[in-house]
Amino acid sequence: MLAYLARRLVLAVITVWAITVVTFIILRLPPGDFVDAYVAQASAMGTAISAAEAAALRHAYGLDQSYLVQYVKWLNLMMHGEFGTSFEYSRPVTEVIGDRLWLTMLLSFAAIIVTWVLALPIGIYSAVRQYSVGDYVFTFIGFIGLAVPSFLLALIVMYLGLRWFNLNLGGLFSPDYQLAPWSWGKLVDLLKHLPVPMLILALPGIAQLVRIMRANLLDELRRPYVVTARARGLAERRVILKYPVRAALNPFASTIGYLLPQTVSGSIIISVVLSLPTVGPLLLHSLISQDMLLGSSIILLLGVLTVIGTLVSDLLLMWIDPRIRAGQLR
Amino acid sequence: MADPILSVRDLQTHFIGDEGVVRAVDGTSFDLSPGQTLGIVGESGCGKSVTARSILRIVERPGRIVGGQILLRRADNSVVDLTQLPPDGAQMRMIRGGEIGLVFQEPMSSLSTFHTIGNQLIEAIRLHAKLSKRAARTRAIELLAMVGIPRPAQRIDAYSFELSGGLRQRVMIALALAAEPRILIADEPTTALDVTTQAQILELIRRLQQERGLAVILITHDMGVIAEMTDHVVVMYLGHEVEKGPVDAIFHAPAHPYTRSLLRSIPSVLAEPRSRLATISGSIPHPFARPPGCPFHPRCPDYMRGTCDKAFPAEVAIGAQHAAACFLHTARATAA
Amino acid sequence: MSVTAAEDDAPLITEAETRVAVATQRQLIWWRFKKHKLAVISAAIVLAFYVMAAFADVIAYSEPFDSQAARSYIPPQPIHWFDADGHFHPQVYALKGKRDLRTFKLSYAPDPSDRRDLAVFAHGYPYRLFGLFPTDIHLLGVSNGNATDALFLFGTDQLGRDVFSRLVLATRTSLTIGLVGVTLSLVLGVLLGGISGLYGGWVDVVVQRVIEILRSIPTIPLWMGLAAAIPTSWSPEQVYFAITVIISLIGWTELARVVRGRFLALREEDFITAAELAGASRLRIIFKHMVPSFLSHIIAAISLALPAMIISETTLSFLGLGLRPPAISWGVMLQDAQNLETLGLAPWLLVAAVPVIIVILAFNFLGDGLRDAADPYG
Repeated sequence: MLAYLARRLVLAVITVWAITVVTFIILRLPPGDFVDAYVAQASAMGTAISAAEAAALRHAYGLDQSYLVQYVKWLNLMMHGEFGTSFEYSRPVTEVIGDRLWLTMLLSFAAIIVTWVLALPIGIYSAVRQYSVGDYVFTFIGFIGLAVPSFLLALIVMYLGLRWFNLNLGGLFSPDYQLAPWSWGKLVDLLKHLPVPMLILALPGIAQLVRIMRANLLDELRRPYVVTARARGLAERRVILKYPVRAALNPFASTIGYLLPQTVSGSIIISVVLSLPTVGPLLLHSLISQDMLLGSSIILLLGVLTVIGTLVSDLLLMWIDPRIRAGQLR
Repeated sequence: MADPILSVRDLQTHFIGDEGVVRAVDGTSFDLSPGQTLGIVGESGCGKSVTARSILRIVERPGRIVGGQILLRRADNSVVDLTQLPPDGAQMRMIRGGEIGLVFQEPMSSLSTFHTIGNQLIEAIRLHAKLSKRAARTRAIELLAMVGIPRPAQRIDAYSFELSGGLRQRVMIALALAAEPRILIADEPTTALDVTTQAQILELIRRLQQERGLAVILITHDMGVIAEMTDHVVVMYLGHEVEKGPVDAIFHAPAHPYTRSLLRSIPSVLAEPRSRLATISGSIPHPFARPPGCPFHPRCPDYMRGTCDKAFPAEVAIGAQHAAACFLHTARATAA
Repeated sequence: MSVTAAEDDAPLITEAETRVAVATQRQLIWWRFKKHKLAVISAAIVLAFYVMAAFADVIAYSEPFDSQAARSYIPPQPIHWFDADGHFHPQVYALKGKRDLRTFKLSYAPDPSDRRDLAVFAHGYPYRLFGLFPTDIHLLGVSNGNATDALFLFGTDQLGRDVFSRLVLATRTSLTIGLVGVTLSLVLGVLLGGISGLYGGWVDVVVQRVIEILRSIPTIPLWMGLAAAIPTSWSPEQVYFAITVIISLIGWTELARVVRGRFLALREEDFITAAELAGASRLRIIFKHMVPSFLSHIIAAISLALPAMIISETTLSFLGLGLRPPAISWGVMLQDAQNLETLGLAPWLLVAAVPVIIVILAFNFLGDGLRDAADPYG
């Protein structure tokens, strides 16, 4: 078990490193260097950046030296919490990002919990009550989750909400709480707005997991140990929940590891459509206006947080039930 | 002869699918007396396993019992027809394990690999007796010792994949007997085991039967096992019983051509070297293409055209408790 | 008792079983596939869409780039199938411009007195069929007038461009991007997956780790970043190519896993060992023995990967980071529908969602059916 832990940790570190490399490439891909853009933007805003300041910036980022040096300097700066300045907002990147990153992760985690909570019983039900009305209903919902891209779903939901209920289903806060500091009331407001984006975000994951759970369970239900359990006089519900579900859970649990990156990805798009105050709209905006310091920082932070989140959830899973891991290693 | 503890009368279990109906068990009758070992023998696909599952009402969909009776005499001498009980009802569940225990042929996959054998044993014990967890655990260790598992106090926390095939089968037997049933059905309990382990398991079953006064139904395709273990035999073919009787009568005076062919096909140590192995010609017909009349007639060495392919032979008594369903004997009976 | 041979033996196997026993693998796969009604219907739908894509220029009737602000946001025109005399005479009402004297805004409204006849194979705007043959015949048009000014089956967008024609052309772009993207993914996937599965060892470990890493990173932000880095100076064709490359960097992992899995399973198969023992060369084993047995799995994986490609391109274009005008794709068209107020004014802009959903569902069912049929011996 320890060996498995160590392997996961090493892999996580390598993944984070890979993310930094790719992010750096994205940062430097557009033509020109971002200091020029920064200076140009700043002067357009009316703030003058002296030549000395510009030169200092160039030096700090190593823009006059080789790419390797630039990479190292950039990495170094970030390790010290220096993510640079967004030239568009003329504020430090960390300030611009603000709460958004945490809200993104909160939304993603909420969606994942919803996914688990819903996919498991639906999957079991679909397998045990094949061809029933409920099964067909869930299959249909599953198709929606499968076939409709998340942004489209969000769009349609928004449109219908407006058309039929005259409600704006977007946003995570009501206008009054939007800029207010955190308080109990703000938290409640957030919780009230969470269900719609959470469900839209969770739908593809639910569709996927229900499919897997259903297929696995159908396989397991035919196995001899289920029959022996029944032959012992166990009640049907207990037979299903204690034995084949437990076996079907194994492969199910391992797919959950990839759920977080998928969900975080999905949240970017949905937050654009639903105008959520998460990282999504900010990222899109920064990329379109080529504010690369901001954009690449967001990409980097998202990636790192996702890797950490996946690692933590893997460890949690392992802690909750060591037999899952034992089963895998066997 | 004591009153039978289990009486199967004209049982019919059919599998109703899109492509047709498979009549897996199509009119089987036999009796099981207390303390007796009854063997059910036949080729693969003759309906032996489905019979066992029908008795316990655990036939998988789309299989259903469509006719017949399964009469169980309970400890208080009352008789209940198992076909009339709801399969998932409390009564049937009590009978499963509590009155009738079942051992399967696949020790490899008949135990959950995610639960310790102790967990599964204790569950079986507590289903039918009000015992605390600790008391149940003690009982479980006793059971493991009874079936001959070494170091039961440690082994109780083992997982099934940590045990060999023979040990697993012993655990299966312990599980089947955990609730002290009076009947044990063993469906090909030794088929998946090597010969030495086979002998051990059979010996175990015999010993347990004597110690506990069990009535045993032993299902197998191995005539050697039948000869060694059983008192009475039922020979099945395509869902019907074609012959039944005391084991001596079956072996020394087989009446049905199928029984004779089965016996003839057993390779013998005493046979001439390089002599051909006798086989039964043909193969089991496709379930949707049953032959009319007597189901065995296409492969029967004593086939009588005009008789055997027209009607189904009724069962004819041949000796004491010995009967066969064959026109050969009907003719003889009417002639006599 | 004499042993007489049984006469009139029932046939050992039935007629149907004989057919099955001697059928080739391809036939078996086809039969099995045919049983999945849904998959067969989906195949037909997919085929129909691609035919439509091939003849996109013929089916479109309106100049896709002819924008006229005055024509903006015209709602879909109803077709009047029967005229006043009850004859079958499909017509649409022509639009009459009217200038609001207060706002000076020109708006169009249908004029019942001025009708245009709908015609099949009518003249329309000039184009080159398959890029080769200059012609101006379109599937639909109006016989007494200019289709571009008169026919708006799905309404118009903000720039006054006919939505129906743009949708047809967008279908062509989106479907072909999917194909090209899948081909690139296939090359990458088969190459890396094949090497990984066939040779094993540290190559396998490295490729496996790379795939694992790629799967644990949220892909959308990365692709957004890459897409945004495409210089604005590039031509639409160059952008198209770049987007395809970016998208195929998404799908190759899944294909690689399938290919690797198949190779690993195949390596253990006895018939491969038999071929090796018979002295067949490595290359021969790969192409003559292994490839045919997993070809159907690959085809199934492709038809499941295509919808992912289409979704990726549509999403990127929707966000504004994908194809750039004047290229038209489903995502580009849906971009117009981003604004809720606009949607309220012109809900017909959402019509591009319909082919997206249909095609994705169809490909998924098709892929499922193919996957089930791919192993006829299973």
